[in-house]
Amino acid sequence: MTSFPLLSLLVFLPIASALALFLFPAGSRRAIRWFALAVSAASLALSAAAYLAYDLPAGGYQLEEYLEWIPRWGIGYHVGVNGISLPLVLLTGIVMFTGVLISRGIDERPREFFAFLFLLAGGVFGVFVSLDLFLLFFFYEIAVFPMYLLIALWGWPKTREYAAMKLTLYLFLGSMVALIGALVLVFSTTPATFDLIRLEAAGFPADLQRTVFPFVFLGFAVLGGLFPFHNWSPDGHVAAPTAVSMFHAGVLMKLGAFAALRVGILLLPEGARFHMPWILILALVNVLYGAFIAMVQTDFKYVIGFSSVSHMGLVMLGFATLNSDGLLGASLQMFSHGVMTALFFAVVGMVYDRTHTREISALGGLARKMPLAALAFIVGALASMGMPGFSGFVAEFPVFLGVWQTRPAAAVAAAVGIVVTAAYILLVVRRVFFGAMSAEHDRIVSGIRVKDSIALILLMCILIGMGVYPAWIATLAESGVQSVMRVLGN
Amino acid sequence: MPLLPELLLFLLALLILGLDLILPERRRVLLGWLAAFGSAAILLLALTAADGSGGWAAATLRVDSLASFFRALFLLGAAVAALMSIDGREVGRRGEYYALLLFSMLGLCLMASASDLVMMALAIEMATLPLYVLAGFLRGDSRSTEAGLKYFLFGATASAVMWYGFSLIYGFTGQTDLAAAAIALKQAGLPVLLTAALPVLAGLAFKVSAVPFHFWAPDVYEGAPTPVAAFLSTAVKAAGFAVLLRVLLAVFPPATASYWGALVSVMAAATMTLGNLLAMVQKNAKRMLAYSSIAHAGYALIGLVTLNPDGLAATAFYLLAYLPANLAAFSVVALVSNAAGGDDLAALAGLSRRSPFAAIALLAALLSLAGMPPFAGFAAKWFLFASAVEARLAWLAVVGAANSVIALYYYLSVLKIAFLSPAGGEPAPLPFPAAVRIALGACAAAVLILGVWISPWFEAALAAVRPLFSG
Repeated sequence: MTSFPLLSLLVFLPIASALALFLFPAGSRRAIRWFALAVSAASLALSAAAYLAYDLPAGGYQLEEYLEWIPRWGIGYHVGVNGISLPLVLLTGIVMFTGVLISRGIDERPREFFAFLFLLAGGVFGVFVSLDLFLLFFFYEIAVFPMYLLIALWGWPKTREYAAMKLTLYLFLGSMVALIGALVLVFSTTPATFDLIRLEAAGFPADLQRTVFPFVFLGFAVLGGLFPFHNWSPDGHVAAPTAVSMFHAGVLMKLGAFAALRVGILLLPEGARFHMPWILILALVNVLYGAFIAMVQTDFKYVIGFSSVSHMGLVMLGFATLNSDGLLGASLQMFSHGVMTALFFAVVGMVYDRTHTREISALGGLARKMPLAALAFIVGALASMGMPGFSGFVAEFPVFLGVWQTRPAAAVAAAVGIVVTAAYILLVVRRVFFGAMSAEHDRIVSGIRVKDSIALILLMCILIGMGVYPAWIATLAESGVQSVMRVLGN
Repeated sequence: MPLLPELLLFLLALLILGLDLILPERRRVLLGWLAAFGSAAILLLALTAADGSGGWAAATLRVDSLASFFRALFLLGAAVAALMSIDGREVGRRGEYYALLLFSMLGLCLMASASDLVMMALAIEMATLPLYVLAGFLRGDSRSTEAGLKYFLFGATASAVMWYGFSLIYGFTGQTDLAAAAIALKQAGLPVLLTAALPVLAGLAFKVSAVPFHFWAPDVYEGAPTPVAAFLSTAVKAAGFAVLLRVLLAVFPPATASYWGALVSVMAAATMTLGNLLAMVQKNAKRMLAYSSIAHAGYALIGLVTLNPDGLAATAFYLLAYLPANLAAFSVVALVSNAAGGDDLAALAGLSRRSPFAAIALLAALLSLAGMPPFAGFAAKWFLFASAVEARLAWLAVVGAANSVIALYYYLSVLKIAFLSPAGGEPAPLPFPAAVRIALGACAAAVLILGVWISPWFEAALAAVRPLFSG
């Protein structure tokens, strides 16, 4: 127990700021932007403070806070972080800060845009730190809903209404399925409690676990982009404005994977063991299908959208191994992919803002005009291929190690995905950033702004820093994985 | 004095009728404010004075915690409906309109506290007779006349069926007192009990607009003045639930519960599903809200079937959470239709630019109805589904959850119009009278407070249903 409510501050700062934004007059764009930037910087600082405050040797849940909320139902306001959730909290801080940094292009109603974005961020922080099932669902829905307005109001006009509705309904349906599963679980304990730590220790009967597991895991895995429920995600990524795409692919998909782990695997280890073989196959399909579809896309943003599906497959693949290597890889991949995809979408947004097209065939030679963006994209590309020295290697290597231990054939198949990833991402790099540039683009494309550069440099540094010196994040993830392994009983 | 609020309501109604004669035409706007703030003051008085001891007020009236809980709901509904009416065309300055509203209110309060079959029947009629007039109040509007007539015909038939059920109970037991009848019914055979229960259930299903007795609701809501529709869909529906809880749980012995329970659970599933599916295709805002309110009756029925205190408290809490959200939605519709002259959903276009406050309030209201946090509907739905799972009725929770997704679709479609569609022509600022501003602000605040500060309200709902289990 800590006396300083760091995690509550982390959750409620963005939410309170979302409300405070409405105190600004709608016209004062400059003030609104600076306020948003200050809040996101403060959130990043708070998430970094949480990272620094975590006592690694002690492990387990730390920075816990508990308040009674609805005692009649055994529901409490219970928050805390461990080695699994803390990297994701840090990731959320990073994506939130860089997302606000690059959001200069929002000219229409910036006040409402940042308010909804902060509400979303508060919900995301909330899910990662929740140690109560009711609270987790509460924040989960808060995180899902603002997405609808963010995409429908500020998205790409051609598909935004369709994509926003599809995304919201998919995710809400998933959460409802998970909710019913979770309720069945909760009411098999007496007295009923919604506290996740107590539920973890409850040890549910094996057949109940086997029945409930698919509902809970798949319900949340919808948000994690698991095949065949990934369909909302590329459409959503593409229709969303840049900062929202970064949030969406960078953090929100992790939310699904995290909740699937938190509520699915940790509460139902026996169910997880029983069902994992076919989840492994689904995850494998994710990796391969996502990569192949990305290869044939002609739209720059869709390539990244499907690459997210493919990379999230590696997270699920890591889960499906249920061994310490695989889970460590999955945990690191969530962090690495979050940063990497935020960087990708930031660059895609910058390119689109300047060229007004996302057709790969119409682009070319941009490295001359925006060298830093090109460099950043290449760093992201190397990370996504799993090149040693970049974060992707640190994350993907343990996943493959883990898969090799359980299903060698699956590891071989998944490796094909990496090859395809290398192919499509290098192809995009060559076509977009090198080669000839059309005369029109030569005339209109300008360099990137200072704030954009800061965001890209920060993201690049994390990708390379994690690749060169992984210990700062890997030891933390490892302590989280150990706690999962204890629950899994080996 | 347990019946003080009722007495004050009666006096308030008389006062308004009297003032209507004295005040000059231009000052009659005061009548609406008087009705609204009078109801609000009585609400505060009732809340502070209620000790929940369950004192007998008369041989046929018992103001227990259930009655006072629902009385608070009705008073809130009446106060907001009066505020909404002040600027309404044709209704705003008519003393008899507010008097009828308050007399109906009085009937609702008596319904919730009646402990005798005859009293209950009289209270129900006292509540509904003014409503027939109110629904048809817009004499120049044929749809309103149709609404009044339709409501009267359906309502009278439903009442007759319900009375028949009451008379059967009396016939079998020789008692009109609910508690005495309950004791006598314990010895009755199953066929006898079911013969009596079915007509009562049918009559009350009409009051709460549950499938298959829901047909009147869309037509009546569409034609009736919007504040009356709001009142019908909230306070009157809640009163139906109050009587339903009391009669089904306190009068019919537990042995019959598995029979009417099965019936009510099918009814709940059908009501949710049909209401939501039909709401999805509506083009008129009031019809959409009518079907959505049918669906909400279905959700609320889930808690009733669980037969345990948690589930019934979940139903009561659901009604409490539903009330301000639905009132806020109707307020926005009233606001827009007063300005645009029509109730089409398309009239909401450009709302977020014409009046950001109304748009945000509509957002809170519809998201609460859809069951999204941090609004009241989230916890309310969660409790209902949880109680259903707890009572081994997981299938009802599944139906409810699937329905929530459908409901989210059409609520989002409405929000899409309000936030996304450009207003046709000049997006003129919406005229936003102070009365509606107060009503909307209060409802939106209530939706948010109930959604975050949950426990005390749920405990109040729990205390409210406790008398049903003491017998």
